Amino acid sequence: MKHVLAVLVEDKPGVLVRVAGLFARRSFNIESLAVGRTQDPGISRMTIEVEADERTLEQVEKQLHKLINVLKISNLTLEPSVHRELVLIKVKATAVNRAEIQQIVETFRAKVVDVALNSLIIEATGNEEKLQAIQLLLAPYGILEVVRTGKIALLRGSKTTKNGEDLKNGKNVL
Amino acid sequence: MKMTGAEMVVAALKEEQVNVIFGYPGGKVLSLYDAFYEADIQHYLARHEQGAIHAADGYARVTGQPGVVFTTSGPGATNLVTGLANAYMDSVPLVVFTGQVATTLIGTDAFQEADIFGITLPVTKHNYLVTDVNELPRIIKEAFYLAKTGRPGPILIDLPTDVQVATGEFTYPQAVNIPGYNPTLDGHPGQISRAAQAMAQAKKPIIYAGGGVVISGADELLLALAEKAEIPVTTTLTGIGGFPGTHRLSLGMLGMHGTYYANMAVHEADLIIAVGARFDDRVTGKLSHFARTAKIIHIDIDPAEIGKNVSVHVPIVGDVTRVLTTLLGKVKPQTHEAWLAQIAEWRKQAPLTYLQPEEGEILPQYVIQSIYQVTNGEALIATEVGQHQMWAAQYYLFKKPRAFVTSGGLGTMGYGLPASLGLQIGAPGQTVFCIAGDGSLQMNLQELATAVAYNLPVKIAIINNQYLGMVRQWQEMFYGRRYSSVNLQQSPDFVKLAEAFGAVGLRVQKPQEVIPAIKKALAIPGPVVIDFHVRAEENVFPMVPPNSGISEMVRGHEA
Repeated sequence: MKHVLAVLVEDKPGVLVRVAGLFARRSFNIESLAVGRTQDPGISRMTIEVEADERTLEQVEKQLHKLINVLKISNLTLEPSVHRELVLIKVKATAVNRAEIQQIVETFRAKVVDVALNSLIIEATGNEEKLQAIQLLLAPYGILEVVRTGKIALLRGSKTTKNGEDLKNGKNVL
Repeated sequence: MKMTGAEMVVAALKEEQVNVIFGYPGGKVLSLYDAFYEADIQHYLARHEQGAIHAADGYARVTGQPGVVFTTSGPGATNLVTGLANAYMDSVPLVVFTGQVATTLIGTDAFQEADIFGITLPVTKHNYLVTDVNELPRIIKEAFYLAKTGRPGPILIDLPTDVQVATGEFTYPQAVNIPGYNPTLDGHPGQISRAAQAMAQAKKPIIYAGGGVVISGADELLLALAEKAEIPVTTTLTGIGGFPGTHRLSLGMLGMHGTYYANMAVHEADLIIAVGARFDDRVTGKLSHFARTAKIIHIDIDPAEIGKNVSVHVPIVGDVTRVLTTLLGKVKPQTHEAWLAQIAEWRKQAPLTYLQPEEGEILPQYVIQSIYQVTNGEALIATEVGQHQMWAAQYYLFKKPRAFVTSGGLGTMGYGLPASLGLQIGAPGQTVFCIAGDGSLQMNLQELATAVAYNLPVKIAIINNQYLGMVRQWQEMFYGRRYSSVNLQQSPDFVKLAEAFGAVGLRVQKPQEVIPAIKKALAIPGPVVIDFHVRAEENVFPMVPPNSGISEMVRGHEA
């Protein structure tokens, strides 16, 4: 099963390689990884999508906790949450089919962010299925290039996974 | 107070009450070594960086205090990698400083530059590259704290030359603030109660004690618990000494070369109480076959160890000493007469023993037993890795912890000799033996020079079978005696070699010479190499063959 983990880490040199190296050396499967700053200075958030059974997932979380720079881990798969990826697709387009492509773009609530004589760049956000679908529909026109971010996710409602008091809950130990 | 980075290191070591360091200087630590010149710290100059870090590891294991190491950048630093991995696997506290090229040169492939921060990420508990001298006091404080607390381990601090000479304000922090690091020390009271209940119901319980008992200093508590509930105890390789080997409830070591009765007891137990141990593959054998009928209580300070290899019924995360203190209060006195009788029966069926030698032949087990006898079981012992290590674990019965020092998890040949120097430095005045093979001794042989230079009176007993014995044993048993690259008949003359280094060398070729030679070595005030010529093709038994369950042992007289 795929799990989406929100991992709060100290924004220090080497922290990404610590996390990536841990996954590699313990043969954990990373499906996607996205890193960025948070609202708290000095704290970054990694959203890690991992394919793991229950037992492996427990190890992933425990081994991540052993990294000194890891502050908090939340499994967003277990609670209602919003998951998004962003994709930029450069697709061949001519004067003849541009309108047709535009229609697909609108159906998916995507955006055209660059127009050239023979191509368009389309920006789409959504979950994995949606992004796969738009890519599938654009394929007949000739996709020149695709770039995707990793998945990012937030809990629904006012609940947060902010770094806070529950850090001393005793789980975060070595 | 204003001082340079190098002076800060010396001042911080003083704050941490470090008065012994191990190392090897070089171009990128000149400022540090200059600061040592007048410092009130004893620096032990090894003859190879690997020797320095293993010596620090031995020092840490015998004293319980972090071993401190200094080396230069590049090759000096990369030579530490095995030592770090070794300490990481066996949870040994080390604080290791490496020189680094100036921050302005990092990333340019400068002379003697190596990315030691990147290289050591997987073999350290944590590591640092210092880029600002003002952060140095905090980093050193954190490094010692991390090395010693929780599950101990090695910490590396990479120090560029410009940081060593830069000046800053030195105030040594009194406390650390590491938000991502809060080891759980007290076990969950509910789980401890469940453990006590399980112990009350068990008919065939066994305690499986690991290195965590030694590290936590919980040996007396473990003894009290075992006696109160009358539970037999088996230890892992690194747990040796955590329970007195001479005690009536001691079953010796378990696992691949464990005793028959320890392995049978684990196999047949209805309750396994794992204390500071990690269900390593050398202990469990084939996992699907391991302890199928037993409930498992697992006490460990590292939550990631719980549930990693086996499923656990009662997990208890915490410091072994604190958990056992609580548990001891909740456990009722018990007896397990029938169970102990069953174990005694197994012990009678297959005691730990070996076949008698042919006339004039020395058996390796006899050498270990003789050292045990002559030293009255009170020597501190470091071993290399291989057959001799297993024989030492089997036939030298330790009464106390921190007396048997061996490379358990990583199995590092070349560990024993330098580690024995660390033992002697950490325990001056005590008898220290290095039990070595003719193969592994040659891996860090240069450290004999260190032993002589500091007149460290370690006694190095070579169990010389002119083979890489453990590999040969596997080739004999599992590869049809095709002895591939295990012949060491071209070894040097170890007696002459000892003399060349300035030590004393003794050669022993007859059984009746064994005990006199050990006594003679002990009477010599400096380092002595004793070259015991033993039977070449002796094997370590019992043995759990690879991919077998631990009850499926091969015993000596059946092989």
